[in-house]
Parts: sequence; structure tokens; C-alpha cells
Amino acid sequence: MSARCFQIHPLDNVATLLDDAPSGPLALLGNSTGGPLSARESIARGHKIALVDLATGSAVLKFGVRIGRATRPIARGDWVHLHNLASDVDLRSGTLDLHTGAPTDTDSAYV
Amino acid sequence: MSDAGNYAPWTGFLRPDGRKGVRNLVLVVYTVECAQHVAHAIAAHEEDVQVIGFPGCYDNAYAIRLMLALARHPNVGAVLAVGLGCEYTQPEKIAATVAASGRPAEWFFIQQQGGTVRSIAAGKEHVRRLRARIRAEAVAVPMTLADLVIGAECGGSDGSSGLAGNPVVGACFDLLVAAGGRAVFEETVEMIGLRDHLLSRAATPEAARQLAAAYDKAETYCREVRQFSVSPGNFAGGLTTIEEKSLGAFAKGGTQPIQGIIKVSEAPPRPGLWIMDSVPDSHFMQFGYTNPNDTEGIIDLISAGAQVVLFVTGRGSVIGSPVAPLLKVTGNSATFRALSDDMDFDAGRVLSGEVTLEQAGRELLQLVRDTAAGAMSQPERLGHREYFIMYKHQDTPALAAGCRA
Repeated sequence: MSARCFQIHPLDNVATLLDDAPSGPLALLGNSTGGPLSARESIARGHKIALVDLATGSAVLKFGVRIGRATRPIARGDWVHLHNLASDVDLRSGTLDLHTGAPTDTDSAYV
Repeated sequence: MSDAGNYAPWTGFLRPDGRKGVRNLVLVVYTVECAQHVAHAIAAHEEDVQVIGFPGCYDNAYAIRLMLALARHPNVGAVLAVGLGCEYTQPEKIAATVAASGRPAEWFFIQQQGGTVRSIAAGKEHVRRLRARIRAEAVAVPMTLADLVIGAECGGSDGSSGLAGNPVVGACFDLLVAAGGRAVFEETVEMIGLRDHLLSRAATPEAARQLAAAYDKAETYCREVRQFSVSPGNFAGGLTTIEEKSLGAFAKGGTQPIQGIIKVSEAPPRPGLWIMDSVPDSHFMQFGYTNPNDTEGIIDLISAGAQVVLFVTGRGSVIGSPVAPLLKVTGNSATFRALSDDMDFDAGRVLSGEVTLEQAGRELLQLVRDTAAGAMSQPERLGHREYFIMYKHQDTPALAAGCRA
């Protein structure tokens, strides 16, 4: 059985992984609109996958609401996280470690 | 299970202010960190005796209000206040204020009792006498969902929290409000990015004005302290921005109109859905983080008179709470299995298609009802009773009875 992902709102351009997914075909559940979806890289459960191609600066929608903007071009099937999506209000989100979420802007304090 | 009729009335404890409790506890309240060990030793191995306290020596109106709200909570029948003897916050005034609410209350200073050993012995005598008295004098009263105030908090969130855990709590809240109950959620710092959405939920123009003011205060606060309410664990769990986390968190508010804003230690004045504002107001001391940890938020909700609190945790928190039972809901079925001793409700079954959101909401409300009727929550069974009361400032009416010397 292929890994599952879930689209919350019909307007969304990202879906959330319900299982850890290797690259390859995915089952898309929920309020989905698109056709067959394939992950272009491995994506962990709870993380997001792009449902459409997104240009730099375009709004990323989840729950039908803007959750931030693309900071580089994103292709359908890409993992969407700290490396290509930034908050409109929280300026610190771009400095966090991609995999652990740990802050990197306070590293100099650990002495 | 039929849709209605399962939330049968149960028996609770009528308090002098008319509110009804689902537990009948003796609360030990300490007034400075120096009295903390003695307070916990008094309550150790004593059934229905629990502890809260404030660590600061210099007093704080916010903290005193919070302690008094907990000491006069509907689940509390009697209070023992314990101080060291040097601090600003006065256990005698705590006891007098609680006694004025119609509850038996005692107090002492450890220095006057003659130290640790004598204080623990005297304290145990006090709490046993108070417990026997409130058990003998308890006024049993029928309770229904309309008598409940239920709080909801989330923490240790992951991608499942916004998909399942919080929406199931929202479905439960919708049913509770429809039944005439009061539902409270907080974390306005986790509504950042949702201003228009939030205001569209206001029940009245006055509620919209309150929501706008609370939202703007929260966003200003986050920008000024340069800290938004997202943690490394949230990012590792797949949440990328505060806006995304906010949407997931806000889902626990369900779909009913929002009646307005209450502050910490204020009870919701009417039935319906309410938001608690726990963000500090500006003050010359500038002290106070808004939500330093999950326990602080849960204690805030209990201060509103919540008899039971729902805690949504995708990654799996193990905490509990004093005064009001905490029910731990996870939207992540893997977490439910991995932390099975700690979790009360698996909302992840919505994602696997085992149950619908509406069914899960009804099941959760049934669990709330059964817990209110006396069934123990997992944290109660395990003895988890974390609390956190800290320095903060909120603009509120002056205390009727100050507890400072």
C-alpha cells in the first residue's frame, strides 16, 4: 500500500503526510482535487507535500488559508518546509534547522 | 450508541456560589517556594488532597488572583494555606478570602509551627480534618452538560493535531455549547495570522471588538519579544509557520459563535464559547511571558472554573493537572499506542476512517461526562498534578481582598 497524504481544504496547494513516504506514488485523501500524486523526495509523516507548482512569492494555502509564502520555486511533489516556505509574520522561521527545527541563530550562546 | 441521551445526569458537589464541582478536594496552597517542600509532604499519600503554590517571595496581584481562583474553584471544598513566614503573600489572607466563599480554610506559618517536621504533622492533621468535614457536609446535586465549563489546550503539536486532535475537540465543544455548557480555549498567540477569520466568528459587535483588541495585543507582543509560539518539536513534526500552527490550534474552537474574551481567573459569564486572553498587559515591571509552557495554559483554563480540561497532544505529553482532571487527546494513533498509559483518547481514528469527526466528538463528550461523573483520567491515575503559577501582569479590577500584608 502506498503512503497516504491528506488534503484538508479544496483550495489547498499542500497536503499533509499521514505516513512516512519514500519518493514515489502516494494515495491522496481528503478534499482532494488533483490527479495522481508522486513524492519527488522522501517526506516524513506530518510534513507537507506540494500539490501544484508554486513560483517564488506565491501564497501557500492549508486549511484554505494562507500559511506563508514560497521562498523559492516549488514543484508538485516537493517537500514543503522551512527551506522553501516562510511565515509572513515570524521572521525567525527561516533560520531554523531544516530537519530538527532547532534554532541556529543562538548557536553562539552555547559556549 | 444513539446520538442523544447518553450524557445522563450525574451527581456533583454544590458550592456556595452556585457553581457545581466534579471533585471534592482539599487544596494545599503555599505562598513562597520556601514552603513548597512542606506543602507537598503534607499532601503526599493523602487521597483527595492536592497542591498549588506560587514560588515568588515578592507578591504579584496576578498570581494572587490566580491562586484564589483555584482555591475557590468548584472542584475544591476546603483549603490549607501554608507560608514560611517572611514572604509578601499572606496565607492568613488567602484562608480568610477562601472562608468568605463558604469553604472551610486553615493556615499557618512554618516558622511559627517550629519547622519542617512539626509543620508536616500539623498540616496532615489539618487536611484530614478538612477532608472529613467536606465529605460529611458535601451537598450532592444533579449535574448536566449545562453545568460544565470545559477548557481546551494543545501542546506538543504535530501534523496530526490540526488534522484530527483539535478538530475532534472542536466537534466536542460544538456539542457542549449546543447543550448549554461553557467552552473555553486560549492561546491567542496561536491565533496569529487569523485576524479576519477570528473576527468572522464573533457572536456580537462587542465580541468582535474584544477579539480584535486581544488579537492585536497578541501580535504586538510576539513581534516585540521576537518570539512566536512554535517550538523545534513543532517544526520536526512538520509544521512550518506560526500561521499553519495557528490554524490547527484554532480548530479546537469548533464552529460556534465566540461570545467574547475573558482574562485569567475570570469565569465565563454566560453559556457558549469563549476565548481566554492570557497575554500580559503592559506594565512598568514588564515581567511575564505569555505561555511559558503547556502547564501554565492549563492552569489558566482551570482558573476560569473549568471542571475538566482537554489537552491535545500529537507528539505525546505526559503532564496532568491539580484541581481539575486533564484528559489527553491525541490525533496521532501511533502516539496513542506508544504512550498508552498516558493517553485518554485516540482522535487519530478519524484519519484512518474508523470514525467520523462527528462520532469522535460525541465519544469525547461522553468521556468528559464520565470523567465528570467520577471516572479517573489517565493523569489522575498516574498521579500527575503539574502546576505553574508565575509573575505576570494583566489589567484587571482591583482585588476585593488583597493578600499582601
